[in-house]
Amino acid sequence: MLSDLFLLPFLTGLCLALILPVLGCFLRLRDEWLAALAYAHVAAAGALLALVGGALPALGGMAAAALAGAGKRLFARRLAGGASFAILLLGGWAIAVLLAANQPLAERLGHALFDGQLYFSGGAQLALVAPWAVFAGVALLLLSRHLLLARVYPDYFRARHLRAWPVMLGFDLIAALTLALATMTMGVMGGFTLIFIPAWIAFRRAGSWRRGVAMAVLIGVVGYAAAFLLALWLDQPFGPVLALLLIALGLVIA
Amino acid sequence: MSAVLLQAKELVAGWQRPATAPLDFTLENGRILGLTGPNGVGKTTMLSALAGKAQVFSGTLEMRPGLRLALQTQEVPPVDGLPLSGRELLALTDAAPDGLPSWLAGRLDQRLDRLSGGQRHYLALWAILQAPADLVLLDEPTNNLDTAGVAHLASALRARVAAGSGVVLVSHDHDFVAQVCDQIVVLREASDAV
Repeated sequence: MLSDLFLLPFLTGLCLALILPVLGCFLRLRDEWLAALAYAHVAAAGALLALVGGALPALGGMAAAALAGAGKRLFARRLAGGASFAILLLGGWAIAVLLAANQPLAERLGHALFDGQLYFSGGAQLALVAPWAVFAGVALLLLSRHLLLARVYPDYFRARHLRAWPVMLGFDLIAALTLALATMTMGVMGGFTLIFIPAWIAFRRAGSWRRGVAMAVLIGVVGYAAAFLLALWLDQPFGPVLALLLIALGLVIA
Repeated sequence: MSAVLLQAKELVAGWQRPATAPLDFTLENGRILGLTGPNGVGKTTMLSALAGKAQVFSGTLEMRPGLRLALQTQEVPPVDGLPLSGRELLALTDAAPDGLPSWLAGRLDQRLDRLSGGQRHYLALWAILQAPADLVLLDEPTNNLDTAGVAHLASALRARVAAGSGVVLVSHDHDFVAQVCDQIVVLREASDAV
């Protein structure tokens, strides 16, 4: 039985383990899985900047990721072909590392963000993550048909005069903010693991989109719970344990 | 409501510059118009102009207000590696599976990337052909289809217009165009028209 000390972190991570694999399926659908790493690094940089500036790191992370998600459209022509995500990733990483190297306060948080420690999450984090996970889940459900249609039949989408930008901007903001929360909660690579690996396995194995999303969620939740307990038992950082566990699972069943 | 769906007068279409000879045609509800001609005369460009993708450089193109379009291009939907079943593909465009040929009806719950090229093409075509629309635009619909597929498509097109809509199709398959179309427009080289 989990003690109260670990219950809040477990529940916070569980909310993310439910929504990140769904988001991962849509990012993979759009060939944008690199976006997960990009937003995570930007969120980390934003959190460290906020900390250094005396603001709440979580707010800084979310603001930076949301700005990146919405702002990348302004440079869409110059940054075509996924270049925007590579630029965001490199920029976020560079700022985060420089802040951590030069600000003692930022160094500690920087380590936590990049090591992937889940156990410091508290009630405030859960109060933020749980409603957001519900909102993001409902929003993705509502956007899913248009996201699929825009990918499979882009010309039909245009011919029906369906407006693409609200769908794409909405999706980018949901992805950026979800990744920001995941980064604050379980670190850059912990969040990326739950985005990438369940969707990768589901896309390889599932017989339909609906079953694929369900399979990704199942893999995410089971992998997350197993990694949480294993990391606790072995007294190891959560992020790397989660990544290794899901990589092993993926190599066996994908 | 007027039976005329679209009317083109001296229509010249293109992407960056004019690419077709001027064209005149009128399409009414319940009819199939075939655009044909040799390679490179701008058949696909003309179809794209009807869909609002390519530019109209001169002439006029009038469409019935509120016309709902469905457009099938030669590009195959990118479904490799995507866990999307045939039934889900049809649901995306609100296309009904009723009337699908027997060699496809039993495979609707399979992933699209596990179907043969011809099966996948016909299902992708069906999703557009049966989508709720007043005007269906089809670009080389017989590509990748065997004889049975072409025959089924011909009867499906007739059923579609009988149910109340118009169809414009581009095809290099003269026999197919002659068999299914109510009116045929042969495009000429743009330079021939000068």
